[in-house]
Order: sequence, then C-alpha cells, then structure tokens
Amino acid sequence: MSFHVDAGETLCLVGESGSGKSLTALSIMRLVQPPGRIEQGRIVFKGRDLREVPERDMQKVRGAEIALIFQEPMTALNPVFTIGNQIEETLRVHGRATRRTARQKAIELLDAVSVPEPHLRVRDYPHQLSGGLRQRALIAMSLSCDPSLVIADEPTTALDVTIQAEILDLLRALQKKMGLALLLITHDLGVVAEMADRVAVMYAGRIVEDASVTDLFAAPRHPYTRGLLASIPGGAPGTRLQAIQGTVPPLGELPPGCSFTPRCPRRFEPCPKAHPGTTVLPPDRLRQGYGESAGALAAAEGGSHKRIPHPDSVHVHSVKCYLYSDAVEPDVREARTT
Amino acid sequence: MALLEVTNLARHFTRKRGFLASPSIVRAVDGVSFTIDEGEMFGLVGESGSGKTTTGRCILRLIEPTSGQVRFKGEDVLAFSRSRLRLARRDMQIVFQDPFSSLNPRMRVGSIVEEPLIIHRIGTKRERKARVAELFELVGLDPSQLERYPHQFSGGQRQRIGLARAVALNPSFIVADEPVSALDVSVQAQVINLLMDLQSRLRLTFLFIAHDLRLVRHICRRVAVMYLGKIVEMGETEAIFAAPAHPYTRALLSAIPVPDPAAPKHRVVLDPASFQRDAPLRAIGDGHVAAV
Repeated sequence: MSFHVDAGETLCLVGESGSGKSLTALSIMRLVQPPGRIEQGRIVFKGRDLREVPERDMQKVRGAEIALIFQEPMTALNPVFTIGNQIEETLRVHGRATRRTARQKAIELLDAVSVPEPHLRVRDYPHQLSGGLRQRALIAMSLSCDPSLVIADEPTTALDVTIQAEILDLLRALQKKMGLALLLITHDLGVVAEMADRVAVMYAGRIVEDASVTDLFAAPRHPYTRGLLASIPGGAPGTRLQAIQGTVPPLGELPPGCSFTPRCPRRFEPCPKAHPGTTVLPPDRLRQGYGESAGALAAAEGGSHKRIPHPDSVHVHSVKCYLYSDAVEPDVREARTT
Repeated sequence: MALLEVTNLARHFTRKRGFLASPSIVRAVDGVSFTIDEGEMFGLVGESGSGKTTTGRCILRLIEPTSGQVRFKGEDVLAFSRSRLRLARRDMQIVFQDPFSSLNPRMRVGSIVEEPLIIHRIGTKRERKARVAELFELVGLDPSQLERYPHQFSGGQRQRIGLARAVALNPSFIVADEPVSALDVSVQAQVINLLMDLQSRLRLTFLFIAHDLRLVRHICRRVAVMYLGKIVEMGETEAIFAAPAHPYTRALLSAIPVPDPAAPKHRVVLDPASFQRDAPLRAIGDGHVAAV
C-alpha cells in the first residue's frame, strides 16, 4: 500500500477491524512487534526514509516529530503515575524542559487541550479522570514536543458521542493552530466526513480507494466504498439497510485476486485472477477544485491552517478495481459500471 | 396494547467509602417510567453510565430493582416467585452487546442454541435438534456448522447465534443491549436487517438499547433518552429528531457526526446549569414528553 499525508492536512484511513489500519500506524513508527516486520517499502518523513534511520535516532522521531494517540486512553496511560508525571517525562526525555520547568509546561499543555483546573488535574492519576479527560491528557502528551505529524488511532471509539464531538473539535482546533498533519484512523464515516481533507479506504491490508473527502462521498467508485456508504442508516425509517454480504476475510485466508471479490456485487471474470492495479480517475469535471474551497474556508474562519499539497497529488482520485482498469476492454467495463 | 409497563423503576448501588465514612449511593436508575406496545421496537439511548443497560436488566430481573414496578402482559414481574420468574423468562429474552464474551467458548454453537430448550424441558432430543437447525436457518446461518465452536465464527455470525439462542423459546419480548455496536460497519447493517426481519416474522417486541442515534432513528418508532439515571425526553423518534426539547437531547443530536462533508456543523454544548436535574417530565406534544 502507498499513501502520503501533506503538511497541515488530515488524511483519514478508513477500514474495518482486521483491515490493517492500526498496523499501518505502528509500521510508520517502527513499533511493529516481532514476528511481524516491515517486509518492504519506504516510509518517507520530511524527505528521510524512516526505515533507514538507526534506532537511537528513531527514538527522537517518536513523540518529538511523529506522535501517536491510541484508542484506549486507559491502557495507553500508566496507572501508577500521575498524568503530570507522564507528560513531564515526555518533555524531559526529548529535552524540551528541565525538571524545574516541566511541571509548569505540563499545566500549560493541559490547559491548551481544555482540561478544566489543569493545576489540580496534573496531580491526578489516570483512573481519577473520565474517559474524555484521559483522552485529552493523552493528546496533551502527544503534542508536548510540537510534532509535525500526529497519528490518531481511533481516538474517539471508546468515548460517548458528546465527548467524541468535543475531542474532534479539539483536534481540529489544535491542528489549525499548530499546522499539524493528522493521520486519523477510524471506521466511522461520520467522523471521516467531519474531519478529513482526504480519505484512504482500506480493505484487507490494501488501500482500495484514495480521494478527497468531497469526491469520496459524492462519487465513491470502489464497490466496497459504495457498500460502506450505502449501509449507513439514513433512508426511510423501517426500511431494510443495504448491507454488504459476507464478512471480512481473516488476513491469513485472503481469497486470490482482489480480496473483496467474494462479497462484491459487481465481480466479474478478472477479479479473482490477480490484484487490480491502481487506476487514477480523470479529475472530476464541473465541481470546483477542492483545494480552493478549503483554502477559502480556512481564510473565512481566520485560521492559519495551510495545506501544502504534495506536488504530484492534487485532487487525485485513485481506485484499485477492474471496473475502472485499462486492463479490461472498455466496452466490458462500460457494461459493468452502469 | 402495552406489552410492558415500567413505572418509577429505580436501582441504587451503594458504594463503601471506607471505615468511617457513610457509604455513597449511586442512583444508576432513578425513577424511570415507560411503556412498550406489542410488536414495537422501542429505543433507549444515552451515554455510558446513563443507566440504560441497568434498566434493561432490571426489567428481566437479571438485576433486582430497588423499587418501582414492571408489568409484563399485565402481570407484576417483580412479585414473581423464582419458579414463576423462570417460566416468564421463556417469554422475555436478552441479546448482549459483546458477541465474544456472551457465548461459552467451550460449547459447540449448536449446544449453545439448544441449551434454553433443555433448561425449559422442551421437546425430545430429536425435536430439539430439528428446532436448532430451523433456528440456524432463521438467523441466516448454515445448519451444517452446528458442531463448530464460537471462535470459528466472525463477530456478526456470533451475534446471529446469540439471536438464535434468544428466540429459541419463542419469546414475545427481547431486550437488545447494543447488539451491533461491537460489530464491523459492513456487518452491522446485516444484523440490523435480521433484527427487523425477526421482529415482523415472529411478531417480536424489542427494547433496543443503543448509543447510535442514526440507527435508532432508522429502526425505532419511539425513543427515550436517558441522562444520569433518568429519562429526560421521550416520544416519537421523528418528533424528537425534528424538535428536541431537552438541552441534553439537543447536545446529543448535534454531536452525531453526519456522513456528509458538506453538512453544516452546529455543535450544541451541554450546559448542566441550563436545566434542573429533578424537573418532572411534562407533555410538550402528541406523546412527546421532556423534563424541561
């Protein structure tokens, strides 16, 4: 799989459990536990391949340049230290504060993530905080060293909707303020619609579709993406939902060819034979360029949020599916897509 | 006609605070009243800790309520003796949230579905086997897989097994406690469709406990919103979505992420000072009540 995140951009990685989203995050941080390992490929961060970086330097990248926010704040925090201790530790390890200045800095960080009464909360242990406050503390810790990329792995899945909304608002505000690139891993298409600039849809370890958020919701191409969007409850109450048949295959027992074939309502001859290549779709006509509207929006809101697009990536909508592949005769394709 | 009437249901838990301090009382459910009509799918929503699961369990007396009344088909469930309660449980079943912990990993799935029939001494061995196969087909599973163990099934399939077990005794009422929240998105829709099918084919009545409001809007005609142990708003789902009256309902509805990037975002933040916790429910529309 291949994808990129631009500076200041939010890329949402969408997929179901077992599709490899979290492993992707861990791979970027080089935190995959043996026997798992990164077989091949490059992870280029600010022009440097992280796979080539020696472990000692990698420790400086983790936390300081790329920060990771986990799904379950209770297990990500150490229960025997106060949250102040844990934030201070991060600051000191990365040389951002001394023993004397760390406490004050931790309080400022908690204040920045809207924790009420930060001077008191800093002395609390994780179990004394609610789920939402714990997640805020974790965000404070991850932002403590001014990272340029934050990877958030299902940061709101364990939280109630009202708290989820607060955390998403907070992430958005911090991103705007600090110009962060955000790689947000989620399975909730509602969260995607609210947060993403661009979306990469994963299925069984591969990215099957990559598009700007407006393109993805307005014109989804891959049958899996279409199925996901169609299965959201929203039609007339009481009507049957449009479910995707079957279940996600375990990664060890993937079917040959395109992994979605057994569940795909539009499968045809080439699908089970080999993995479809990536097809870059022609840019969407008529609609206004998304980059412009996003820029206008940021300007209107008075934010300093600036997206720096990857040179060869603007507005690209790509999909891995034989329905759009040049390997298939055009008239066959035409018949299948309509 | 009302199948289930819940009146002033309460469940308090006492928590010891130490040797000298007096124990604190947690009012998990605090004076909850609602009725569910026959054949209805009634939604109960609220955040974790609001008391919705405790309410569901109190109705089945899986947790004994502290006070209040539960009438099922006109009978007082809380007055039932142990043997009468066991008989009543044929008619009231539950589907749990977690399809992984709610099936015994050491039993074959066929035996899991057969177990309620054995407990209630229904049918001969052969009749039971036939019934289990029939139930498997009913929930969309292959009866040739009866001899497998739960770990050989995916989450969605396990939830189907849980449903087969729940309908094995032909109940009229099922408490579905977040039955799809642990499932993958693409599988949730399958299980919801199955729930709706079973509801109409078996004339089932559901108490559907959930936190996914989009889902509740889709499948429940009426809904009650719980907050800190109390129902703060109740009525027709469409009426509540169109004009939520309670500040908490407004905050909850505005917090749902809308799967449309162009949708305008108007977040309502809950201000606990904007309402009184003890305000009684009052009518504000046709069958629509709110604690304001």
